[in-house]
Amino acid sequence: MFPYLLAAILLISLSGFYIGRKQASNLRSQTKLHSLPQYHGYFIALWCGIPTILLILLWTALEPVLLGSLIRSHLESQSGGLTPTDYVIMTEEVRNLAAGVALGTQDPLILETAEWMRSLQQSSQWSMVVVTILLAMLIMAFTRSKVAPGFKARHGVELLFNGFLFISSTIAILTTIGIVLSLIFETFRFFELVPITEFLFGLKWYPQIAIRADQVAGDGAWGAIPVFSGTLLISFVAMIVAGPIGLMSAIYFSEYASPKMRGWTKPILEILAGIPTVVYGFFAALTLAPLVRDGGIAIGLEVEARSALAAGLVMGVMIIPFISSLSDDVINAVPQTLRDGSYAMGATKSETIRQVIIPAALPGIVGAFLLAISRAIGETMIVAMAAGLNANLTLNPLENVTTVTVQIVVALIGDQEFDDPKTLSAFALGLVLFIVTLILNVVALAIVKKYREKYD
Amino acid sequence: MSQKKNNGTLVTKINSSDVRVFYDQAEALHGVDLEIYENSVTALIGPSGCGKSTFLRCINRMNDVIEGCRITGKITLDNEDIYDKGLDVVQLREKVGMVFQKPNPFPKSIYDNIAYGPQIHGLAQNRQEMDEIVENSLKKAGLFEEVKDRLNSPGTGLSGGQQQRLCIARAIAVNPEVILMDEPCSALDPIATAKIEELIHELRQNYTIVIVTHSMQQAARVSQRTAFFHMGDLVEVGDTDDIFVRPEDKRTQDYITGRFG
Ligand SMILES: Nc1ncnc2c1ncn2[C@@H]1O[C@H](COP(=O)(O)OP(=O)(O)OP(=O)(O)O)[C@@H](O)[C@H]1O
Ligand SMILES: [Mg+2]
Repeated sequence: MFPYLLAAILLISLSGFYIGRKQASNLRSQTKLHSLPQYHGYFIALWCGIPTILLILLWTALEPVLLGSLIRSHLESQSGGLTPTDYVIMTEEVRNLAAGVALGTQDPLILETAEWMRSLQQSSQWSMVVVTILLAMLIMAFTRSKVAPGFKARHGVELLFNGFLFISSTIAILTTIGIVLSLIFETFRFFELVPITEFLFGLKWYPQIAIRADQVAGDGAWGAIPVFSGTLLISFVAMIVAGPIGLMSAIYFSEYASPKMRGWTKPILEILAGIPTVVYGFFAALTLAPLVRDGGIAIGLEVEARSALAAGLVMGVMIIPFISSLSDDVINAVPQTLRDGSYAMGATKSETIRQVIIPAALPGIVGAFLLAISRAIGETMIVAMAAGLNANLTLNPLENVTTVTVQIVVALIGDQEFDDPKTLSAFALGLVLFIVTLILNVVALAIVKKYREKYD
Repeated sequence: MSQKKNNGTLVTKINSSDVRVFYDQAEALHGVDLEIYENSVTALIGPSGCGKSTFLRCINRMNDVIEGCRITGKITLDNEDIYDKGLDVVQLREKVGMVFQKPNPFPKSIYDNIAYGPQIHGLAQNRQEMDEIVENSLKKAGLFEEVKDRLNSPGTGLSGGQQQRLCIARAIAVNPEVILMDEPCSALDPIATAKIEELIHELRQNYTIVIVTHSMQQAARVSQRTAFFHMGDLVEVGDTDDIFVRPEDKRTQDYITGRFG
């Protein structure tokens, strides 16, 4: 039904375009028009199409909600004394039956309601078709009557375009706000169950608590410090790897490599950036972690199977192209006149790089590093596969640590209720993570921007 | 061809013979023969794109940095071929300093801007010697009084004219023999320009200066010799007074009377 309806609306719009254009060009042979004929066409087509398609989307979105509550009140009126949960389940059953999923239910009430729901859906669908097509036709008739020499169709089209773009950006912004708000609210709920001081300053993190009465588990402890320290430790290892290598390769690419060399080596780095993080993840877990452990044992070190070192190393490799391409941009933005000035003083290439280019590019490089750190902190897949689950408060990279992102993943898989602290802890962790990366990004971008202004 | 205008004998500092420069395949200079005398100011003039900067950059081999740039012919400095295989560009550039069109101080303090060259070439044994070099260079460039209280603030914080004098101070800090200047005043206002011109006058006592300029007046004011370039050719060279009063070539005359360029 839906595709046909859309096609019909588009067809109406399209014919609106041709009708409007034809009508306007007929007029044009007699007098001068304010807007070119095709603008009249666009005007009709857009007005026929956009509002009706919006109506269809709205209708399709609201229908299940409205029908659901209708069904529920019907069920409630037909059978009394049941818990709200029962009604939810019954409504779901009705919905499935109506959608043609056989459940084998014998309950006559449900069967009958499902039948009723199906007929409601049918009539809703048909009325949607009728209403929208009628609406499109009406708009077409109305807008057609506006085609006249003095009619400012061009302005109308511009306005519609403007509105369309405005709505798109509003949706993007509202979604962001919505996500942040929900994070904040859920975090507040978490802090109703767990004191905020424990979360921020506690040194123990044991989220494994009993959810059902028959489970045996601890009481839980919600000190986030070991979790964050794990994140920082792994990010630190990653930056130790990625910082120097990324920066050096950026210097090589921008200052030493011939254009030909640059032409084929840069794409290779970009491929590195395109590898899905999950691939890095199993590389870390299956290849590197055992290697690190065996290597450690060979030189007499105690290395755990899932060490922060292994996860950090792989994460570092992942970040290399990120740092290298950002730093490359920054170094290229250093004006050629500075290099010339240095060479003209008799400086060699490496002296010029160390003493002029790097200091000139430093703010930008710092910005690049901060962005990279924020990437490392938010990275999930590698640590989920290669880092541990124990919130171990340590600075030793040979031990097993966990990270914020891993704990969020853990909190949201397996048995869960939506109001127990384990699940809600994910939101609190997420919020803090969000704040940290937000600050890092804002600071980094501000630094980079200031740097760009200096040399434009 | 040189007359003895500046009492005493003229010593050739730089000599170029049949210098041709190619950017990829395009020939930008078509065989330039030019003598530059010690302790005098030589001005290079000519319409835009005629190859003045290209020639200037040959003298301290800054063209080496440009991809696809090739040079034939011979340039000598004190009778030594500067394109000789055995010559070290670092040492050449220690002797031949350069000042650019746009002031380009390094993103360092005023002090470190000046100390950069001496430090690279190992000219100071200790901090005290370096302090002296910095102070002397700034004094020679006529900038010391203006910046002596803020030697540690960034060089980029100075005004355009001060920055250009800083760049000159930076160039003379390594005690070069020749200073090349490529339109050093084109980004400056008349007052800053006058200061730089005065400075060039003073520097002539100790250095050989080659200056590219678009201003006839400036060439007339600061130089003893003038070379006129046109479309990659050196058309005419002679004492500045002669060139501006009695040009031999029609193209020179047209240019200095403002008929083209
Ligand atoms: N890096 C380069 N690559 C290719 N061609 C160049 C390059 N630099 C200069 N040229 C060419 O060489 C010729 C001479 O240029 P040059 O910069 O020496 O002129 P100029 O006399 O200094 O001009 P202006 O007074 O505008 O500075 C021009 O035709 C120019 O296009
Ligand atoms: Mg030039």
